[in-house]
Amino acid sequence: MTALGRTAPVRARARRRTLAPYLFLTPAITLFVAFLALPIGYSLYLSLRTVKVSGLGLGAGARTEVWAGLENYVRSLSDPEFAASVGRVALYGLLLVPTMIALALVFALMLDSRRTRARSVSRVSIFLPYAVPAVISSLLWGFLYLPAVSPFYFVFHALGWQVPTVLSSRLVMFAVANIALWGGVGFNMIVIYTALKAIPSELYEAARIDGCTEVAVAWRIKVPIVLPSLIMTFVFSMIATLQVFAEPMTLRPLTNTISSTWTPLMKVYRDAFTRNDIYSAAATSVVIAAATFVLSFGFLRLLQNRAFSQEK
Amino acid sequence: MATTLPVPSPGAAPDVAGAGRRTAPPQLRQVRRERPSYTSTTILLLGAAYCLLPVVWVLVASSKSAGELFSTFTFAPSSHLIDNIRTLSAYRDGVYWRWMANTALYAGVGGLLSVIVSAAAGYGLAMYSFVGKRSIFNALLAGVLVPGVVLAIPQYLLLAKVGLTNTYWSVLLPSIISPYGIYLARIYAAASVPTDVVEAARTDGARELTIFRKIAVPMMMPGLVTVFLFQFVAIWNNFMLPYIMLGSDQLFPITVGLSGLLNQGASVPAMYTSVLTGALLSIIPLIALFLTLQRYWQVDLAAGAVKS
Repeated sequence: MTALGRTAPVRARARRRTLAPYLFLTPAITLFVAFLALPIGYSLYLSLRTVKVSGLGLGAGARTEVWAGLENYVRSLSDPEFAASVGRVALYGLLLVPTMIALALVFALMLDSRRTRARSVSRVSIFLPYAVPAVISSLLWGFLYLPAVSPFYFVFHALGWQVPTVLSSRLVMFAVANIALWGGVGFNMIVIYTALKAIPSELYEAARIDGCTEVAVAWRIKVPIVLPSLIMTFVFSMIATLQVFAEPMTLRPLTNTISSTWTPLMKVYRDAFTRNDIYSAAATSVVIAAATFVLSFGFLRLLQNRAFSQEK
Repeated sequence: MATTLPVPSPGAAPDVAGAGRRTAPPQLRQVRRERPSYTSTTILLLGAAYCLLPVVWVLVASSKSAGELFSTFTFAPSSHLIDNIRTLSAYRDGVYWRWMANTALYAGVGGLLSVIVSAAAGYGLAMYSFVGKRSIFNALLAGVLVPGVVLAIPQYLLLAKVGLTNTYWSVLLPSIISPYGIYLARIYAAASVPTDVVEAARTDGARELTIFRKIAVPMMMPGLVTVFLFQFVAIWNNFMLPYIMLGSDQLFPITVGLSGLLNQGASVPAMYTSVLTGALLSIIPLIALFLTLQRYWQVDLAAGAVKS
């Protein structure tokens, strides 16, 4: 084969190779722009606009969209309903996230201990709720909270105890948190458990021979090693908490203690679709997004530094 | 050890029961290890009972007639399951089964398309170096953190502008892009597709797309199943997007349909039995799928440590 005959196809192949990554990424980038970047940009734009009504607001041209500056943000942030929903979700998160991670860690450590029995059946059972959509689990728990059908009430009555009204305004937050705990603890358990399994056993074999108890091994060796995954599950759960929507929305028909602005997201929904004020809704959602970004910034850095060690 | 997002390790053998784990020297294991711990077993079983309780309850509750639901002991089963299924199926000409089919369509087709897009993007990011790689990946990664709410309303408004709201597309299209799926696919591609195999295929004259389809995809397969499952459950779980996008109950997925049914139950308590039967029937296929494929849920934080 002549030199000329060789270089032409080689060059063509090299060109295909520089184009190839872009082709592989085209569908993802197109969809990303259409369904993530564009909506975010549009949200920002809407949050800075408002509708001006002239005259009685009737007829064509009576309602015009105008520049609003930060007006929507000021209104959104100073709205007592928004402040109340943020306070509620903050409290809800403080209640839920540490409980969930602590329980997930305890379950994971028990699963990791060779002395525990019934491990595989427990593991599957605890992970199972992850497969149940939040709407369905809220629906099921909602019924379990109703005095007329609840087994808990039966037990309480049998013991002659005072029956707490779970869906009362004082306890409804615990009721919602319990649903989220039920759905999320298994997933977090699996994440931590897998991290535990990756620890080479030699690391604590020596400690055991030296007479360390199981608890000491767990606390002094296992927990510090899986700390990164604990932090990660923590951040993930926090992001999920900020977005709580399906659970309270589903419980609403069963109780009158959940207002239409119970969580920030519910307020966004109400503003946009019940009040038709998409501008305030956009401003509020931008505020929620900003809060999420601030909270998860550390997590993003953690990711980038550690993720791709095996690539050239 | 590199630590990343929850990532199933592509190379790891499926380890369902936690059997075949670290092995201690046999004599050590015999001496002290095998004494069962009742405390930890009890804690774990209590956790399992807590997680199974609502599932067992709905199984019992679905067997009761509307009257029995509120009058008999909660865990006393009855014999009306078939009647309840019949009532539910008759509701609005069987719209319930339509919701089930819609859900399968949204989650199944959406999940599948999502895997294809993620696999291609992840492979592209892992196997090539090119101008803009870092910024493209960072932008995609930031997408993982964008809360659904920020997207839902403008997505609705934008899709309304092109006349796509209240169609299958309005739920399907936004579900295809999954920054998290792309992230996972990149990890799988990097960990499971050896560069020298790709190089060898290139030397033999294979086209880039052929290498991806014939060599990389089979190697990434266990990981791609996981991406599919994550995305399938994410779409199946998604309530806000279809709730906002859809007006016609013929297009509802099961979550939005049941939520509407529950709303009606507030005024017609007899509907509650149908709601519960519907909830039970909807989680059965999901639990079946979950149990069949649960070995793929090996969420492995240490994927970066897997040396191929």
